[in-house]
Amino acid sequence: MTDRPAPPIAMLAELTHRCPLSCSYCSNPLELTERTRELTTEGWIDVFRQAAKLGVLQLHLSGGEPASRRDLEILVKAARDAGLYVNLITSGIGLTPTRLNALETAGLDHLQLSLQATTADKADWIGGYRGSFARKLALAEEVLWRGIPLTVNAVMHRHTIDDVRTAIDFAANLGARRIEVACVQFYGWALVNRDALLPTRAQVVQAKDAVAEARLAYAGRMMIDFVPPDYYADYPKACMGGWGSTGINVAPDGTVLPCHAAATIPGVVFDRVTEKPLSAIWYDGAAFNAFRGHAWMQEPCRSCARRDHDHGGCRCQAMTLAADPTATDPVCRHAPARPAVDHILEQQAPSVSPFIYRGSKR
Amino acid sequence: MTTDPVPLLPRGTRLHHDRVRDTMVLLVPERALLLDDIGAAILREVDGRSTLGAISSRLAERYGAPKADVASDVRDFLDGLAGQRLVDYQ
Ligand code: SF4
Ligand code: SF4
Repeated sequence: MTDRPAPPIAMLAELTHRCPLSCSYCSNPLELTERTRELTTEGWIDVFRQAAKLGVLQLHLSGGEPASRRDLEILVKAARDAGLYVNLITSGIGLTPTRLNALETAGLDHLQLSLQATTADKADWIGGYRGSFARKLALAEEVLWRGIPLTVNAVMHRHTIDDVRTAIDFAANLGARRIEVACVQFYGWALVNRDALLPTRAQVVQAKDAVAEARLAYAGRMMIDFVPPDYYADYPKACMGGWGSTGINVAPDGTVLPCHAAATIPGVVFDRVTEKPLSAIWYDGAAFNAFRGHAWMQEPCRSCARRDHDHGGCRCQAMTLAADPTATDPVCRHAPARPAVDHILEQQAPSVSPFIYRGSKR
Repeated sequence: MTTDPVPLLPRGTRLHHDRVRDTMVLLVPERALLLDDIGAAILREVDGRSTLGAISSRLAERYGAPKADVASDVRDFLDGLAGQRLVDYQ
């Protein structure tokens, strides 16, 4: 590829892997980074300034639980000062009213609150934390009366997808302007728990109908974004809008990744912000250039009419399911490895396996 | 809602000049919408006080275009954003 890539639009900063919850679907890697290896306050501030200069507009502060960082308020202020739109992706646990006040003063633009389930018993079971649901609701109230724009992120899988309409109504009653109904994607801990999390085809069909109905009911009141589970799709998602094309992820220790699961691809060397400027990592780094353009593609992607639309799908999924990061994403119906996905769907257990909670001994 | 409402950008929606791409963008929850000149011109007039009619008159005058055409463009553009809860009418 000779064209210089366009600058990135969004950065996902995984400030920490620490989290009071231990969701079985967490997308964090199995090897969690320890606190002592996290970037310092100054380290993150430098990353945000470099990101803004590079062209990043949206900053998503995530984790783990970003509120586990005591310097979150300082980081939000620094990011706003750098000109970024600051979105906090949180479980709500660890955010007190005092901290919310400070975040608001610091210029937080928007907050995304995860919703594990719509009842306390279920939510606490899924997140592996007693009392988490009550604390989340209390936090949501605090967010709303302050007028901080709120998106609810309802995480859908085998145990929650039948409640999708309840979750949507729940978000609307909370006063959210937007809900993301996101089916679990199988990376990190979610992959370990795939048997327990993968919904059935019938569940997915029903959920799609429920979302369509809810969209009509809430038209003009709440935006409903729906991410269906790609195992049941005919074509893959355009992961990250294309490798190294719009998004940039930074792991807690400053490793810069084209997507949050990219570290699972062997043989790719990832740069760290502590060692190289962000712009050099984006434009010239080996990892970001590994799957840009078409040269790396195999057939059928290389000569497919959709190649600029979905970029051959997700590289991490090709790695996971076809053991080859340059393969066609196995969820694609043209993929030579599609039988592997069909096999997983056929093997689906009628009874449900127990969760392996994130962070617990495997 | 009246037939000539006042549009406003709710909290969480910001008009921003992107220096790197030298373009105006609308920063909204979890997205950035790159604006063309027309979109940017319309949103610059959204001040939380002017009605759709007032905004259309100003733009029609500035660009020397028929007011009815401008008014329907303004309405379509802002309705699209309002449908996504990125603009409020009051
Ligand atoms: S998915 Fe659950 S465990 Fe993982 S970071 Fe989010 S809240 Fe914590
Ligand atoms: S063959 Fe490749 S490019 Fe074509 S639709 Fe499938 S994944 Fe996308």
